[in-house]
Amino acid sequence: MEDVRTGWPWDGFTIDEVQLPDENDDYGVPSEDEEEFNVEELQRDTGFSCVVVVDNLPVVGMEKYEKLLNVLKKIFGQIGEVHEDGLYMPVDESTKKTKGFAFIEFATPDQAKIARQQADGYKLDKNHTFKTNLLKEVEDLSSTTESYKEPELKDFVRKDNLYEYMLDPRGRDQFAVRYQDMTEIHWNDPKTGTSEQVYSRSFWTESYVQWSPCGTMLATVHRQGAQVWGGEEFSRIQRFGHSKVQLIDFSPCEKYLVSYSSQESPNPREAPMAVFNVSDLKSGQTLRSFQGKLDDFMVSGGENRPQGGEGALQWPLFKWCQGNDDKYFARLARNKSGKTMISIYETPDMNLLDKKSLQMENIVDFHWSPKEALMCVYQGEANSGNQPARVSLVRIPSREEVKSKNLFSVKDVTVHWHPDGSYLALQVARFTKTKKSSYNGFEFFRVKERNIPMEVLELQNKQEKIVSFAWEPKGHRFAVVHGDGARPDVSFYTMKDSKQIKHLGTLHGRPVTSLHWSPQGKFLIIAGLKGLNGQLEFFNVNDMDTMAINEHFMCTNVDWDPTGRYVATSVTSVHQMENGYIVWSFLGQQLYKVNRDRFFQFLWRPRQKVELGEEKEAELMKNLKKFSKKFEEEDESLKSRADKEKIAEREKMESDWKEFLDKKRKAFAAIEAEHRRLLGLSGYVEADQQYEIEEVEVEEVLSVKQEKIH
Amino acid sequence: MRPLLLKGHTRPLTFIKYNVDGDILISCAKDHRPTLWYADTGERIGTYKGHNGATWSCDITRDSKRLVTASADSTVKLWNLTTGECIFTFKFDIPCRSVSFSLGEEYLLLTTDAFMGTPPAVRILKHSRDIEEQQHEEVLCISDAHPGRITRAMWGPLNKTFVTSCEDGMVRKFDAASGKLLNEVKVHEKSIQMMDLDSEGNTIITASLDKKSVLLDFETFDILKTYQTDRPLNTAAISPLKDHIALGGGQDAASVTTTAGQAGKFEVVFYHKIFQEMFGTVRGHFGPLNFVAFSPNGKSFTTGGEDGYVRIHHLDSEYFDLDL
Repeated sequence: MEDVRTGWPWDGFTIDEVQLPDENDDYGVPSEDEEEFNVEELQRDTGFSCVVVVDNLPVVGMEKYEKLLNVLKKIFGQIGEVHEDGLYMPVDESTKKTKGFAFIEFATPDQAKIARQQADGYKLDKNHTFKTNLLKEVEDLSSTTESYKEPELKDFVRKDNLYEYMLDPRGRDQFAVRYQDMTEIHWNDPKTGTSEQVYSRSFWTESYVQWSPCGTMLATVHRQGAQVWGGEEFSRIQRFGHSKVQLIDFSPCEKYLVSYSSQESPNPREAPMAVFNVSDLKSGQTLRSFQGKLDDFMVSGGENRPQGGEGALQWPLFKWCQGNDDKYFARLARNKSGKTMISIYETPDMNLLDKKSLQMENIVDFHWSPKEALMCVYQGEANSGNQPARVSLVRIPSREEVKSKNLFSVKDVTVHWHPDGSYLALQVARFTKTKKSSYNGFEFFRVKERNIPMEVLELQNKQEKIVSFAWEPKGHRFAVVHGDGARPDVSFYTMKDSKQIKHLGTLHGRPVTSLHWSPQGKFLIIAGLKGLNGQLEFFNVNDMDTMAINEHFMCTNVDWDPTGRYVATSVTSVHQMENGYIVWSFLGQQLYKVNRDRFFQFLWRPRQKVELGEEKEAELMKNLKKFSKKFEEEDESLKSRADKEKIAEREKMESDWKEFLDKKRKAFAAIEAEHRRLLGLSGYVEADQQYEIEEVEVEEVLSVKQEKIH
Repeated sequence: MRPLLLKGHTRPLTFIKYNVDGDILISCAKDHRPTLWYADTGERIGTYKGHNGATWSCDITRDSKRLVTASADSTVKLWNLTTGECIFTFKFDIPCRSVSFSLGEEYLLLTTDAFMGTPPAVRILKHSRDIEEQQHEEVLCISDAHPGRITRAMWGPLNKTFVTSCEDGMVRKFDAASGKLLNEVKVHEKSIQMMDLDSEGNTIITASLDKKSVLLDFETFDILKTYQTDRPLNTAAISPLKDHIALGGGQDAASVTTTAGQAGKFEVVFYHKIFQEMFGTVRGHFGPLNFVAFSPNGKSFTTGGEDGYVRIHHLDSEYFDLDL
């Protein structure tokens, strides 16, 4: 079988056979050297890579030949610059009819590539759907030998245990830090008051590093492509050639990797080109590549969005359906007539689900549920408000709309899924009647309940700005920061045990910009970052009680470890001074602080999802005291050992210093006489002056007053 | 601990010197008047009027009767310390920076800056106890050993050698008689702003803009200890009483206004000399710290800041009770 898109014979190869070039290799991508560019220029007129073969054309007689040619010219002329006389449709001499295919030569190989992609599957009419290939691919295929050669079996190489980090006997967590040219992996070890370095390497990445969603591997980004590393020694697992890659994204179950690059077109009048590769993580093979003008990937509907260019590229552009074995991924796109649609792709064959996109008008954004194949689609207002904005929940793959809601005079909608996928909150900013100002409200969907009931929540003062909204992970509560000015209020609500949202309480006047729930829920850090000096309030939501208020001056980031035991705050190089990080306990005690100049990233390593099951979890909770005692003992012995080591080290330092001083003093004794002679020259010897200490009692009469005593 | 806040200068402080007995101290600043204070009460006794430029450093004779000051006005002046009268002026045509008396006060060690094509130099001048005999007599001049500004020069044991610290991060040792370069070490990545000797003359402490301070063996130039801080350092001092180091500095004055006061790191930081651990800070200045000096008995210390203030800190009993 031969894949139509890539021309790759899928059945006839083994992954191991694919040899990727060495690290120093340029991955087959020509370097930027002037000379090599020229070579390419010369090739461009004759290169097979500029020619596209179009199959499945109608077979027509000579009388319609010109007409068909013009149709093809029109279609392909839209995609790229067709070479002069670059359209050739062979004619069967015997029948005087066309053979049903055509060759089209483009000006550049890039345009040919795009044409191949865009025109493939183009429906000319009911019976004729284009099939396109690059001539180069056809050529490559025809040059393969007919005889089948058995691939040699390679020796089995044992791979590192990628889950080794989960086996730490003391259940510690790892984190990665990046500063200056260094990238380091550490064990967070607060029991010894510090962290233990696992691995460090300078110039490991050229832009940034990223853990995979389950923490199995660490990705680094380079000029030639991305690489992933893992195991005990952080050896390379796989590399993905993608020239000038800028951003990468993992699928949630770590099966695929999406990489993105954009490049200014050599012709300044043309829009920059973007390339998105979806690669298989295990084999490193690119399974599908999306290429085109960058602008075509920047899609956002709605009338209230800025006109002219749709703003920045949303990353990740391809959103993965969560908790579904990486079955679907989707992106927002526009069809040929400019209407918005959601293109959903199915893995592993990377084709459009049911061969068609989900067409909906004015889609501004969509969000997968964090737990199931359900997406929330937000369509903006249209016809200057005559058609209201709309939010709907759509099941995939059935495309059944399970719930929808129309919203009027909407300025903006922000979607907040609960991490469990059980609730959906819409933060809706609406215009007042005059359209001059706006006010805020929330709409809630109870997704897990029957018929998905909805609820509306309005804050007491609707005009107030909503600074931040955060769901409690593993819980039913949420917190909202609302208010204008530097000290807004924080309100807590719960969705639990009632048909109605219940207000739990409000903290007034907090210097806060963001909320950070512990991944276990219950604890919340109310943080005033950036402009607000980095005040951190550690708050227990169960008791509605502040546990500690601390400050990490200039703090820019707050990150909970995956277990919710520790939290790291960091100052990254957006500030000049104070760069570094502090690790706190969840109670708000500072455990240790590390200063690093030019500090870029602090990343906790995610943990593999371990499902114990409710029974086992309940048993653990019941016997918590027993277990915790064991751990406490371990901690204690660890601490005393560390103390002993420290004391020994200090004693050594002290004795070394004493030795040093003794040596120096002996040496001085030899020159002391001379030293004294010289000192004497100054005519003043104070060191040997004998002070006589005399104790003198001085009595002083302060005042005398006479009083009569009766 | 309540510091005494001395406001006598109108420009940033550059140098502070206690006399041997530790009862008085002289402060130098970028204004033109070195000032004499009682070290105990902070009472101002008087100022020395005569310089026309920033005074960069000074030294006091052991009998506390004479003062020498080096100034950017290209002069080094000898003063009657008690009367404030200028008794002799060494005139140069280049700014003078670091000055110190030799043991026995027969010589002066002076550094001069690069100026109008003249390279930076270390000089030894003859000093006479009897002011009538005082002449401008240069015994030694080394002008080819330093590629950048010489920030400090200090005498070695028995005046046989002297060491210099330089903007290029190097510390150098010279033979005082021949002027021969005996040893040089690159200690810092960035400029060494100041260095100091301990009271016995065994070790040198340096303060550098690379945020480090280093304790060197005077004799061998071995790096004994390194004190890594989180701020550019301008000054360092070794406590004569305890195994402590006081360091100071802070964000460069030019960029201070762009951040909040706390971000500037203008505190004095105390490190344990042997364990190299920080154990305390003393706040107060609202500009970078330019100088810190311990009193000879180690019971108080004085700081001078870019903010123009001198602060005398008498350490309180908690400090002396410290088990460090």
